[in-house]
Amino acid sequence: MHLTVINKFKLKGCILGVMQKHIISMRDFSRDEIDIILEKARTFEPVARGGSSSLLSGKILATLFFEPSTRTRLSFDTAMKRLGGNVIDLGALEASSVAKGESLADTIRVIASYADAIVLRHPKEGAARMAAEYSSVPIINAGDGAGHHPTQMLLDLYTIMRESSLSGLRIALVGDLKYGRTVHSLAYALSLYHADVTLVSPQQLKMPDVIKKDLEKQGAHIRETTRIEDVIGDIDVLYVTRIQKERFPDPAEYLKVSGSYRITEKLLEKANDNLIIMHPLPRVDEIDPAVDKTGYARYFEQSFYGVPVRMAVLAMAMGAK
Amino acid sequence: MSEKDMRVRRIEHGTVIDHIKGGQALNVLHILGISGSTKAVVSVAMNVQSDVLGTKDIVKVEDRELKQEEVDRISLIAPGATINIIRDFKVIEKHIVDLPEIIDGVVKCDNPNCISNSKEPVTSKFTVNKEPVELRCIYCDHMISEEIAEHLI
Repeated sequence: MHLTVINKFKLKGCILGVMQKHIISMRDFSRDEIDIILEKARTFEPVARGGSSSLLSGKILATLFFEPSTRTRLSFDTAMKRLGGNVIDLGALEASSVAKGESLADTIRVIASYADAIVLRHPKEGAARMAAEYSSVPIINAGDGAGHHPTQMLLDLYTIMRESSLSGLRIALVGDLKYGRTVHSLAYALSLYHADVTLVSPQQLKMPDVIKKDLEKQGAHIRETTRIEDVIGDIDVLYVTRIQKERFPDPAEYLKVSGSYRITEKLLEKANDNLIIMHPLPRVDEIDPAVDKTGYARYFEQSFYGVPVRMAVLAMAMGAK
Repeated sequence: MSEKDMRVRRIEHGTVIDHIKGGQALNVLHILGISGSTKAVVSVAMNVQSDVLGTKDIVKVEDRELKQEEVDRISLIAPGATINIIRDFKVIEKHIVDLPEIIDGVVKCDNPNCISNSKEPVTSKFTVNKEPVELRCIYCDHMISEEIAEHLI
């Protein structure tokens, strides 16, 4: 079963001229493939919670982060080490060949000869897809600018599966739906599960029409509103995102919309008892810390679930049985 | 139509691209890589009256038989164009343009943050949706669905 999935990845990759088991974009996955990864992650959860395994013993993972990261980088590190593998990284960018002007393509070709897989975060959209064309080992996209972040999407789905349900799901995506990379990937994945999706954002940060159109083509049920209050009583999952200053070309535009939404205990008075609140973190002021102690908060569990999910992704990318 | 009434004379050998949407002939030449420095004899008629299109453009390229993949690119901007391959003044092949599944190095991605617009050794590539014509950047997923001619490299 597992090997079949790998072959499917290869097949899909071939269509785009990519010959490896790369994990680049949500579009590389079918629902069946996602389900298998989530099931695999479930089997790794005990290891992620403090166990150990020798599944990837002798393997080396290179983590190349050209943009800051805490959770993604450390959870990949943790996942690899808990599976018995080793991790190498670029260290400080200023001290690497990147500072000398080396192209990403050359960096990838070199690192691919050292490692068994490469995790890449890069500010340019499409960087991971291009890296896959130059790499002799699997590339795992850990975020490319405002583009894709497929392992975040997988861990989001895993969190919903573990803490709520992917079946008959009613979810609201809140915040920056224009620049936020995670919500684009997540919305696409949710369309595969026929979720009822409500988009909640200020007018300036609405999800781009081209993405909405694409989701509707997949059969997604989409509603839009600017007010959380309109939907809080009708949803199972409230997925909150940070409005990211670094994605705004114009700082004045950022100031207009920052702080548009704040989840408070008062707002949650109208929520369903079984509502869960998710956030890819880091949060700034979107969620009042008082919400952390309510039964709704799941964002720290969500962060933890990044480890078993990335274990599953690493095992799959490196062909471990 | 008699020979003297024709705006552009018949050609002995080469390719005639007909039923190009009015005003797109120069973009067709661009797609085919035909520039001012080309040595081929090229005739262009623009905004000719057409019963079907209102106005149409016609391009005739002498002594060059266009390959299918070359003419397929034309459908990006002229989806209804027809291609006639001419030998000894006779039409020996007729092609209806058909968009390729992937176009490579023809259109520039209009996302300034796309890796294909960087100094990296990579050319722009798009997957093509045929109806309606929509291009999706293989690298950044950005879509181009309007005024494709303006994005030609």
